[in-house]
Amino acid sequence: MYRYIIKRLLLVIPTLLGAAALVFLLMRLIPGDICVVRLGSGGGTFDERAVQVCHAQLGLDRPVFLQFVDFVWGFFRGDFGISMWSGKPVLTEIAARFPVSLEIAIMAVVVANVIAIPLGTISALKQNSPIDLAIRVFSIAGLATPSFWLGILFILAILNISQTAFGSPWMPPIDYVPIWRDPLRNLAMVIFPALTVGYRTSAVTMRMTRSAMLEVLREDYIRTARAKGLVEQIIINRHALKNALLPVVTLMGIEAAFLIGGLVVTEQVFNLNGIGRLAPFPPSQMMCRCSIDRSCAGHGSFAAVSRSAALGCSSS
Amino acid sequence: MAPYSPTANDFSAMTEAPSWAHWLGTDQFGRDQLSRIIYGARTALIVGFSCAIVASVAGLVLGVGTAYFGGRLDLYLQGVLDVVMAFPLIIMALAVVAIFGTGVHNVIVAITIPLIPRCARVVRSSALSIREVPYIDAARACGFGHSRIILRHMVPNVMAPFLILLTAFVGQAILAEATLSYLGLGVQEPVPAWGLMLQGGAEEYASTAPWIAIFPGLAIALTVFGFSLFGDALRDALDPKLRDR
Repeated sequence: MYRYIIKRLLLVIPTLLGAAALVFLLMRLIPGDICVVRLGSGGGTFDERAVQVCHAQLGLDRPVFLQFVDFVWGFFRGDFGISMWSGKPVLTEIAARFPVSLEIAIMAVVVANVIAIPLGTISALKQNSPIDLAIRVFSIAGLATPSFWLGILFILAILNISQTAFGSPWMPPIDYVPIWRDPLRNLAMVIFPALTVGYRTSAVTMRMTRSAMLEVLREDYIRTARAKGLVEQIIINRHALKNALLPVVTLMGIEAAFLIGGLVVTEQVFNLNGIGRLAPFPPSQMMCRCSIDRSCAGHGSFAAVSRSAALGCSSS
Repeated sequence: MAPYSPTANDFSAMTEAPSWAHWLGTDQFGRDQLSRIIYGARTALIVGFSCAIVASVAGLVLGVGTAYFGGRLDLYLQGVLDVVMAFPLIIMALAVVAIFGTGVHNVIVAITIPLIPRCARVVRSSALSIREVPYIDAARACGFGHSRIILRHMVPNVMAPFLILLTAFVGQAILAEATLSYLGLGVQEPVPAWGLMLQGGAEEYASTAPWIAIFPGLAIALTVFGFSLFGDALRDALDPKLRDR
């Protein structure tokens, strides 16, 4: 058992190295020269020497393999390097944006479960009834709706409702305030992106809850509980739901990791300065190389670790 | 079929509300929304089907191949596929677009690459269980070659999960294409695409001309919804274990 867990955990290492290599490779393959873009963005002229000096500063004149070794070695020492784009340490770049994304992701998971678990349970209890059908349509619609469109619809609804209610349009704030300083303002900003992402996630969780519940409800011990005359409410809450939620919780762990990746688009719609803003490549400034590669690697390794952990749990 | 040209600007009819002349209204350049949605369907379906077919066939080959031969090849290929899978689909697609550039063909490549391991993994796991079934041993005992065993005995038996994935991928690819186009990194103007219609000015005109934002999104949602329903029905029909659930 312990050997199995250790083996699984050790298998994460090559995956992480592979993810790092892939990110590094992708970033080096993107056409364009960061130094040319940086020097040219001021509008002034520059000569070949300035480009070379810039290359030397960023370490881009060294062999590619050595750059990669540096990149990976940095991870192990907790040194994430300096963003080639802004010149600030990558860790501060990420730290400035991470709280927003993390909070939205956590809220989205909460939203998803608040929607998914009761609906999934009801759907399983009333299998093949009109209610079940309606809930299933609702959940497939969640998977089919593009999250950015849902975000736009939310903004539309907020504008229209606030227009009619207060006479002037109101928009959620876009600058981040920590929740302990101004909880209302913080929630006003976070809740709509969280709803957008959460609805989508809830679709998967809901289907999982439903099929797990259906399976559990057919077990012998449920029949025993019914036979001894237990109240239906207790059978469902204590006996059935508790057992059915096991796979749901596993799924939640995997989903949570991927949520942060999925925030890329939602943050764009709501104009939030989250970690997703580091990852997409704004067409005008294609080259945020270093910051992208670190944040991508962050996503990648986070997902890989949680995936292996989940695999370990479910298969052991 | 479309009443107007999807790219013709008509500055006498900008941001008009839905009417008999323009059923779904016009956008900020006076282009007819209905015509643009009809032409956008072509882009969405081309991208959706080509990504889904290429990705799932590649996944089928990799999945059955690694399951059948096993050993080192299996281990290394699984490692590579795991690495690709560690990235969310849209981030991987963004990275590929950043390298190859935008446009319909590059978008197809960008969406296909992250879909391949997702198919390979499912096909592999069901192929692995088939490999242990006695009739494969029997086929080997008869002296059949690798290709005959793979093509005649293994591939037909993984068809059920394969077809389900194929339909699911069409929807996913359409969604991914719309997302990329919305971010400005997918299909480029003047090719009409649903994601692009949302990018154009949907947010700016949200309060004055909500139809610009609503209809293209509805087109995406309904199309993907249709493919999801089809995939679900297919799963119920093909998988006897799920039939009475």
